[in-house]
Amino acid sequence: MSHDDVLNPKHMPHDPEKATLEGKNKFVGFWMFLGGETVLFASLFGTYLALSGSTSGDNTPENLFGLELVFIMTMLLLTSSLTSVYAMYHMKNHDFKKMQLWLGVTVLLGLGFLGCEIYEFYHYIHEYGFTFRSSAFGSGFYTLVGFHGGHVLFGLFWITSLMIRNQKRGLNLYNAPKFYISSLYWHFIDVVWVFIFTVVYLLGKVG
Amino acid sequence: MRGWMGKLRPVFIFSVLVLFLAGCGEENLSALKPKGYGADLLLDLMVISLAIMTFVFVVVMAIYIFVLIRYRRKKGEENYIPKQTEGNKSLEIIWTVIPVLLLLILAVPTVQATFDLADEKPREEDGSITVEVTGNQYWWHFNYPDQEISTSQDLYIPTGERVYLDMKSSDVIHSFWVPSIAGKMDTNPGDNENTMYLEAYEEGVYWGHCAELCGQSHSLMDFRVVAVSSEEYDQWVSDMQNIDPEATPETASAKDGKKAFENSCMGCHAIGNSPAGVGPNLSNFGNRTKIAGILDHNKENLVDWIMDPDQFKPGNKMEGYNVSEKEAQQIADYLMQLDHSEVTPDSVNGSSGKK
Amino acid sequence: MSNAIVQQRGIGAMIWDYITTVDHKKIAHLYLVAGGLFFLIGGLEALIIRIQLMQPDSNFISAGLYNEMITMHGTTMIFLAAMPLIFALMNAVVPLQIGARDVAFPFLNSLGFWLFLFGGLLLNVSWFTGGAPDAGWTNYAPLSSTSPGHGVDYYVMGLQIAGAGTLIGGINFLVTIINMRAPGMTYMRMPLFTWTTFITSVLILFAFPALTVGLFLMMFDRMFGSAFFDVTAGGNAIIWEHLFWIFGHPEVYILILPVFGAFSDIFSTFSKKRLFGYSAMVFATVLIGFLGFMVWAHHMFTVGLGPIANSIFAVSTMAIAVPTGIKIFNWLFTMWGGSIKLSVAMLWALGFIPTFTIGGMTGVMLGSAAADYQYHDTYFVVAHFHYVIVGGTVFGLFAAMHYWWPKMFGKVLNEKLGHLGFWPFFIGFHLTFFIQHFLGLMGMPRRYWTYFEGQGLATGNLISTIGAFLMAIGTLVFLYNVVYTAIKEPKASADPWDGRTLEWSLPSAPPFYNFKQTPLVRGLDPLWIEKMEGRKGITPAEPLGDIHMPNGSILPFLMSMGLFIAGFGFIYQVDNKLWFIAVAVGMGLFFASMFTRSFKDDLGYHIHKEDLIEKGDGKE
Repeated sequence: MSHDDVLNPKHMPHDPEKATLEGKNKFVGFWMFLGGETVLFASLFGTYLALSGSTSGDNTPENLFGLELVFIMTMLLLTSSLTSVYAMYHMKNHDFKKMQLWLGVTVLLGLGFLGCEIYEFYHYIHEYGFTFRSSAFGSGFYTLVGFHGGHVLFGLFWITSLMIRNQKRGLNLYNAPKFYISSLYWHFIDVVWVFIFTVVYLLGKVG
Repeated sequence: MRGWMGKLRPVFIFSVLVLFLAGCGEENLSALKPKGYGADLLLDLMVISLAIMTFVFVVVMAIYIFVLIRYRRKKGEENYIPKQTEGNKSLEIIWTVIPVLLLLILAVPTVQATFDLADEKPREEDGSITVEVTGNQYWWHFNYPDQEISTSQDLYIPTGERVYLDMKSSDVIHSFWVPSIAGKMDTNPGDNENTMYLEAYEEGVYWGHCAELCGQSHSLMDFRVVAVSSEEYDQWVSDMQNIDPEATPETASAKDGKKAFENSCMGCHAIGNSPAGVGPNLSNFGNRTKIAGILDHNKENLVDWIMDPDQFKPGNKMEGYNVSEKEAQQIADYLMQLDHSEVTPDSVNGSSGKK
Repeated sequence: MSNAIVQQRGIGAMIWDYITTVDHKKIAHLYLVAGGLFFLIGGLEALIIRIQLMQPDSNFISAGLYNEMITMHGTTMIFLAAMPLIFALMNAVVPLQIGARDVAFPFLNSLGFWLFLFGGLLLNVSWFTGGAPDAGWTNYAPLSSTSPGHGVDYYVMGLQIAGAGTLIGGINFLVTIINMRAPGMTYMRMPLFTWTTFITSVLILFAFPALTVGLFLMMFDRMFGSAFFDVTAGGNAIIWEHLFWIFGHPEVYILILPVFGAFSDIFSTFSKKRLFGYSAMVFATVLIGFLGFMVWAHHMFTVGLGPIANSIFAVSTMAIAVPTGIKIFNWLFTMWGGSIKLSVAMLWALGFIPTFTIGGMTGVMLGSAAADYQYHDTYFVVAHFHYVIVGGTVFGLFAAMHYWWPKMFGKVLNEKLGHLGFWPFFIGFHLTFFIQHFLGLMGMPRRYWTYFEGQGLATGNLISTIGAFLMAIGTLVFLYNVVYTAIKEPKASADPWDGRTLEWSLPSAPPFYNFKQTPLVRGLDPLWIEKMEGRKGITPAEPLGDIHMPNGSILPFLMSMGLFIAGFGFIYQVDNKLWFIAVAVGMGLFFASMFTRSFKDDLGYHIHKEDLIEKGDGKE
């Protein structure tokens, strides 16, 4: 049996992402990786919480944060999570075109989120002079939110690369796990954002 | 079988011998010779835990030695296949439950001692003495806020009562440790201020160490705790309060030294009541046990120190100070006559003094 | 592709083969050699420390250099010696023990190794570029965040890179054990070494990210002006301690659990008995791993967390003694009624029991929060952790190496030389460290560059130094044994110890595809079961068929080298922004390799059934 026969069976299985051993390994391994990422973000959250009171001047969470923008960002990211679910739904139905379409929408929403975040940072730095170096709160804030932003950026690169790479050849058992775990990653980013939204912005505004 | 045991025995005998030779360490330094409430309490705790642990160790070793002697493969047994035991429920329960019980026995005094040493009630009730301790690279500042006096390196406390220490650091983390009086506590930079108390039973001069790596001269950041009777302590306090930083020294050399000191040293070193500065407070320098906590207290050493402190305490902040040899002599004369109190480390009963 | 069997011709080809290999057995060799080399460097640093402390008022090395020495000794031994050596064993043994042909992610396996190696090299380059890190292996802020020079920068970048490698390795073993066990190899039939590897990998997965974050914060503070640990800007130095120990305490179990597993296999094999209380042993391992995350603050009793926190962490710390005790007793009762053969592997295992029991005892004593106010940061602590790390991990590594050497290299290490190496090391170890308990209580803090005449510490320190040299002799004998064995000893049989687990059903050393046919596991100690029923080998679970194998790749090497180069860039951009070019070049190489990996399909190749039959017994 050649690789082509194995990876492009006549009837695609229902869970193409877990049909091969490699796929299963990627699936389990990626969940493990997300476990580690959880500890990573937990540590960043802990650090942020310990330092969020160490502000300098008027640049406190209450004064800085604007919930309107953050709400829009949250909506963008939540919706993108949903669209990536659609994409996976179409993957399981072996409809490659629709999967690509929904992944494209996901990427666009993610770009929108990232644009807002860049605007937000730009705004803080230039309007308020609130930077990474201005206080321990600043360091904690930019590190936590920035790590998340970095994850979003990486996720966008990842999904886009997968879409381009497989544009011509369509879905098979070799790339299905790759699509699947990239969408897992995207969900994870979304969950982290929900925590950032709550802990950093909401609590910052209220507390 | 004799081979195994035979080889171990000399090691054992040797270790015991070594312990006898070494004893329990030097008076006034060793945690094994407690001279204060904290150290005493903690030694008791150590003994309890050691006793429990020794019991466990003896049991383990008894089984271990028995098994080794009894079940070692002998000639002609190469093909013997032992019974493949899966386990034994009751045995396993025994060696789970007994350790749990033993640990509970240890946990109770542990928790008691932990709370006891953090107990600050007496302080609020009777207004005990408070000393603000500040760790610095590589020296200690002691401030008595209620008495409005300051000193460095030698901490004077009265015996028989609790002296509360409010502890912080001006730079990196240090740890304040006087093994024969109490356990240690870190001094942190910033707002993480810590509190502990000292209660010395007997008069004496006790060694103190910095116990948290704080830079090159970490091992040289020694200090002393001078425990004196309450009368002597009161005497010392009033002597310290009466120090006049402007007082003119008697000898001509010391007079010049005072001038040189005011020109070159006052930027960092204070005489009289002061907060922790860049350098140690020198109010009662003439009464110190040691120069910089480590050198014998005499003029030659002081001159050498002033000329090149880095040679004795690498990385300290006094490095690179420029005074002439002559000025250093004069400054030394000035500093050595700052001995305003009758109560000195030498006057302490039964102390190992300036050793 | 039938260039399946790599042709090894000449040194160049061999080096290329090792640089590109994704075979877990060769990666094990790499880990062993690299870890062994770092072990020797760390040992040399230890000897220098002991010479400095041999007598009072010593000036053998300067105070500054001394701090670099202790920092690098600790960092090297933990991250660059003990962990890689453990990874060497895991790589060599775990796939064989579960009946797998390789690990789940052979490519990542190779990446993990090269990241570790380049991280370790980066760290050690600091010796030649103006000073190694000098803030202790614990690297407490603000001493570390304000340490002048670039030493601590090397610590941060080196450990970040090496740590990423470890994390990848951990995930790899988790997935391997979850997904790639042979038919019949249920969880409760896995050999203890596999079990402890599994739990260790869980610990790595959840512990290392905390270090990653700590290192990032330290990096940002030192290189980009953030204020995490800078109290003048509202930072808090204690955060580092928490993050470090949230990683650091599980790290202790990461070091000890795998050798617990190795000891279990060794006690069982050389007593010719099934492991006593197998399920209790598994349970104890899981429990130790779990509790390992609940006790980090016992390293911080004197930080001022308050009596409530101290008490809670004291009690949870003591609790760990229970599962550890269960293990000790189960080992003793594995030997009970057995037929004990004093091979060298067994000798190290036997030496471990009293040693580790003492280490465990002092561990409980240290866990008693208030008493720790006296022990903390003294030589008592130094003695304690050497009793567990040397007496546990290093003894375990020696035991395991003697045990599995035939599986790794095809030859049994010379037993006479093995005995000859054990005794000086064992005696030297106790001479070095036993006395240190007392030195600590007699008032000697750890990390002290010197002590004074008249403090009563001279005799103890002298004895300790003598012991250290005995340990060095023991190590040299072992090294000699390795060379001697390679030259003089005959090829080993498949099963030199009358083993019980799957790896002993394979030739020593196994062919590169491990199992010609995936084995069928019929119980705990599968090989033993077959032997007891009079069979020669393991029953296969599948007919002979094509074997799918992964291709080798140079990319892991290039990716790691990219990060290595970028590391230098980050360290020196503080002095000169032009160094950002190095960052760009390094990260460029890294990402280019990564994209190559994702864009170029790597499907591996098949070894054909016919080739396997030709090979007859499956030997290369």
